[in-house]
Amino acid sequence: MPCHGVGMTQALAWLGRATLDRLRALGHSAFFFVDLLRFSPAALRRWPLVLTQIHLIGNHSLLIIAASGLAVGFVLALQMYYALVTYGATESLGLVVNLALLRELGPVVTALLFAGRAGTSLTAEIGLMKAGEQLVAMELMAVDPRARVLAPRFLGGIVSMPVLALIFSSVGILGAYVVAVLLIGVDAGNFWSIMQDRVDVWRDLGNGIVKSMVFGVICTFVALYQGYESQPTPAGVAAATTRSVVIASLAVLGMDFILTALMFSTP
Amino acid sequence: MGQSRAPSFRPMSDPQPLIEIDRVSFGYDASRTILDDVSLRFARGKVTAILGGSGCGKTTLLRLIAGVHPVSQGRVRFDGEPVDAANRERLYRQRRRLGMLFQFGALFTDLSVFDNVAFPLREHTRLPESMIRDIVLMKLDAVGLRGAAALRIAQVSGGMARRIALARAIALDPELIMYDEPFTGLDPIATGVTANLIRRLNDATGATSLVVSHDVPECFAICDRAYLLSGGGRVVAHGTPEELRASTDPEVRQFIGGEPDGPVRFHYPAPPLAQQLGLRA
Repeated sequence: MPCHGVGMTQALAWLGRATLDRLRALGHSAFFFVDLLRFSPAALRRWPLVLTQIHLIGNHSLLIIAASGLAVGFVLALQMYYALVTYGATESLGLVVNLALLRELGPVVTALLFAGRAGTSLTAEIGLMKAGEQLVAMELMAVDPRARVLAPRFLGGIVSMPVLALIFSSVGILGAYVVAVLLIGVDAGNFWSIMQDRVDVWRDLGNGIVKSMVFGVICTFVALYQGYESQPTPAGVAAATTRSVVIASLAVLGMDFILTALMFSTP
Repeated sequence: MGQSRAPSFRPMSDPQPLIEIDRVSFGYDASRTILDDVSLRFARGKVTAILGGSGCGKTTLLRLIAGVHPVSQGRVRFDGEPVDAANRERLYRQRRRLGMLFQFGALFTDLSVFDNVAFPLREHTRLPESMIRDIVLMKLDAVGLRGAAALRIAQVSGGMARRIALARAIALDPELIMYDEPFTGLDPIATGVTANLIRRLNDATGATSLVVSHDVPECFAICDRAYLLSGGGRVVAHGTPEELRASTDPEVRQFIGGEPDGPVRFHYPAPPLAQQLGLRA
């Protein structure tokens, strides 16, 4: 019927348009990412700018990261104890908690918290700078905002994330120690010695650090891109901030699966 | 005085204008033309005002001169060289020779007043910090805000922010200074001081100044020549303030006299009010 034909054509046109828009946005973000990489060496040479960003992004996230790590450590120790005690394997508690934190929970939860705390802050800051014409003012002063504003923040995010993840895992292990050893009564020597014996520095700790560095790249890139491309209005900045958290979180979870498959596929 | 209308409009010839805008058309999207085949020339060492109502493309014109947007049609030349957004090296070289005062200041909110004015000096020169300090204090003194050097941007009023932005725009003593609505939101004292400052800076440094505004008396008091843009993004007239005041063109007379009725309609096109309210005659 002609009606159906028209409807089908319109649906196909809409699908084509939407696909093209997505591909265009993807290409645009890829160029943006290449620009960030291109300007990063120059930003490194102006290290005080990067240090300031490490302070703003990293230090200001410390409280939420430490508090979350402690809470996760408490809960993880309890849950693992309830599961392991059934099989009489509570001596493995330290190992399980340690591996879970170093390999997965440390990098992933830190990245999700980072996207919510530092990522939104970056997106809103860049979006408001754009709305207030600060970025175009910089351009007109012959200063590239990608080099002066974005690249130092990009590097600050990449450096901060692994450190925050390590702090999260360390505080989490201490939290697990408090619950498992001090409250439940698991043997302290066993709790620590099984970690020393079975946790591999490169395979477990190293891969966890690599993961968190990748997540640092993802979260910071998404936050900066969303801020830089936001509509220069209050509603536009608000929408960009929301998109920043959603996209970064989903990207971290997706990338975590891929990295886990690549890093730990062999026993 | 030129009062012929675009697109046949050709400005007076000037042997060495700093800025040439030749038959430029521009729109932010295909559906709406902001500037329609405009040609303007800005003479070296002069203060030129660009007048026109809100939304007629005055600020857009400044942005085209600075290469923020590529023109859809026509040419913009800065000191004989084309302004081309695609050639970033040349564009940045040209931008180092200009300063711009933004309508709302566009100050960097994470920096202090002092650091805002010092920003272009630190980015583009290798001057020692002691010399940068002296220059910044002199620029702030020129706009009457030396005492506010240590304040954060959040602590200054809108009028002060404009004056700080002016100090920043002139920090490197640029050849071309573009002022986007420099008098909006200023009290009468600050307006008078700013107007005098624009004129004095121009005369003292030999810079070329473009003042975009809809404040006719203040602009006419300090400018050498003025262009009047219409709502359709065309040049309606240009000349000295005296020539424009003597113009018989109805649009020029309406704008300069601030008359509500004339070729420029106050109301945006709409159906009759009674019809829209559902009232019968």
